Amino acid sequence: MIIKQLSVFLEDKSGRLTELTWILAENDINITALSLAETADYGIVRMVVGRPDLAKDVLESAGFSVGLTDVVCLRMPDKPGGLYAALRILADNDINIDYMYAFSNNGVALAVIRAEDINHVIDVLQQNKMELISQSEIYQI
Amino acid sequence: MILYPEIECADRQQLHELQSKRLAETVKRVYENVPFYRNKFKEKGIEPGDIKSVDQLKDLPFTTKIDLRNNYPFGLFTVPQTEVVRIHASSGTTGKPTVVGYTRHDIEIWAEVVARGLTMAGVNKDDTIQISYGYGAFTGGLGLHYGAEKVGATVIPISTGNTKKQIQFMTDFNATVLACTPSYAAYLGESILQSGMSPEDTKLRVGIFGAEPWTDEMRLQIENLLKIKAYDIYGLSEIIGPGVSMECECHCGNHVCEDHFIPEVIDPETSEVLPYGELGELVFTTITKEAMPLIRYRTRDLTRLYPEKCACGRTLVRMEKCLSRSDDMLIIRGVNIFPSQVEAVLMEMVETSPHYQLIVNRENNLDILEIRVEINEHFWSDSIRELEKIRRRIDRNITSVLGISAVIKLVEPHSIERSEGKAKRVIDNRTFKS
Repeated sequence: MIIKQLSVFLEDKSGRLTELTWILAENDINITALSLAETADYGIVRMVVGRPDLAKDVLESAGFSVGLTDVVCLRMPDKPGGLYAALRILADNDINIDYMYAFSNNGVALAVIRAEDINHVIDVLQQNKMELISQSEIYQI
Repeated sequence: MILYPEIECADRQQLHELQSKRLAETVKRVYENVPFYRNKFKEKGIEPGDIKSVDQLKDLPFTTKIDLRNNYPFGLFTVPQTEVVRIHASSGTTGKPTVVGYTRHDIEIWAEVVARGLTMAGVNKDDTIQISYGYGAFTGGLGLHYGAEKVGATVIPISTGNTKKQIQFMTDFNATVLACTPSYAAYLGESILQSGMSPEDTKLRVGIFGAEPWTDEMRLQIENLLKIKAYDIYGLSEIIGPGVSMECECHCGNHVCEDHFIPEVIDPETSEVLPYGELGELVFTTITKEAMPLIRYRTRDLTRLYPEKCACGRTLVRMEKCLSRSDDMLIIRGVNIFPSQVEAVLMEMVETSPHYQLIVNRENNLDILEIRVEINEHFWSDSIRELEKIRRRIDRNITSVLGISAVIKLVEPHSIERSEGKAKRVIDNRTFKS
């Protein structure tokens, strides 16, 4: 249930994100989810994409600084309290979230979650009947 | 006014004789007391008695900053510790600082040469001098201090920083002379205006500026801002500190205290002595220093020498203002910085030294050092918390090693411009060309 997230270090200069998405487009790689975290001088783009290993290769050969990070993708009901239920379980198990990004539409809510011991997160969520999305499923979305 | 006319306006022939006598004594002194020099002289087949005239200076071996490092800390001292009354230190090229020592007599000479320089700028016992150079291991503060006391001026030993207090002391204590780096002088001038005051609210009339390169344009700017006359003072701790040479009212180069320090200008590539008037690397031989005399010390400063008698009446040789160097040393806010120091810090933190670049800008008359560090696989994280932790650690280590703060920027791999595969280490956007 581990999903390989693509993380890219970006300097704060215009056109850099455009360049990145162009390279992915040229290589026929679809972006399922994306979040951009920024500081005053640089940013980190985190993406769930189809074919992450290929994406890493093509971006690295274009000079980007790329890493693959293990994350989980959680599917929740799109209603009040949906996210709370999942976070309550994590908190009760002393799991500290490094970062997450989420989106909901048409009755489905999805959250990408990063924590230190990702296997422990998967175990805890599955034991509590939470619905996780697999890497192969991601590519269908 | 001329403090020591018998020396400063001496007949060149008489000066030549004095220099020859003192050089012979110094050569004997280092040969007998410093194994480093004894070996170097033996390699060249020179016995101390062979050197009788300053004309033979060109036959003597050079001393470099690397020699100082190799003999760290006291290997070049010619006297036992009991004779050393003071130690100063400045930046070395890597971890080890450049150490210098002084006997009581050396401190007296230092005070004398600074006093000569202050007198050239018209400073006397009626003056109150605010010394805004750093006090401490850096030679700027204490060097000016002893010279100012020697001329009998009232000293305000305020050291660097705290601009508000600087302005308050300057006005309340009626400072007539300001001694600091030229960039800080300009910054002080603007701060006075910003505080709603005008330079006429102070009694300042003279500025003694040095420890970093500055142009004639900067002189005009500072003179206008502070309504003063600005003078250049030159020195380096290895030779004695500030006071090695000083500008007179003619502003046609700095008069070198040749009765204590003999200047030469050499071709930095071939090491051949160049004729007067040609641009090359400045080399000094100290001929009165006791604790740590140096023979033909390569300063890496580029300049020209002019031997003609000055309109002020002095016959001491004049050196042009040093605006560039033959090595990669940067002078930022009066502090010597070598790119290799930055490299050493980064090397210590990660196994493979990342590519880095120093960028120096002058904003509001203050030098800003930015250090760009390319992230690489050895220090990579997709967590901003982790990256910031790395950035702050670099920041702390750099500040403690360089002695000044820098803005640390993490940049993408390969974003630092390379020439022939080697990253360009330094971009200095300050303009010193006159």
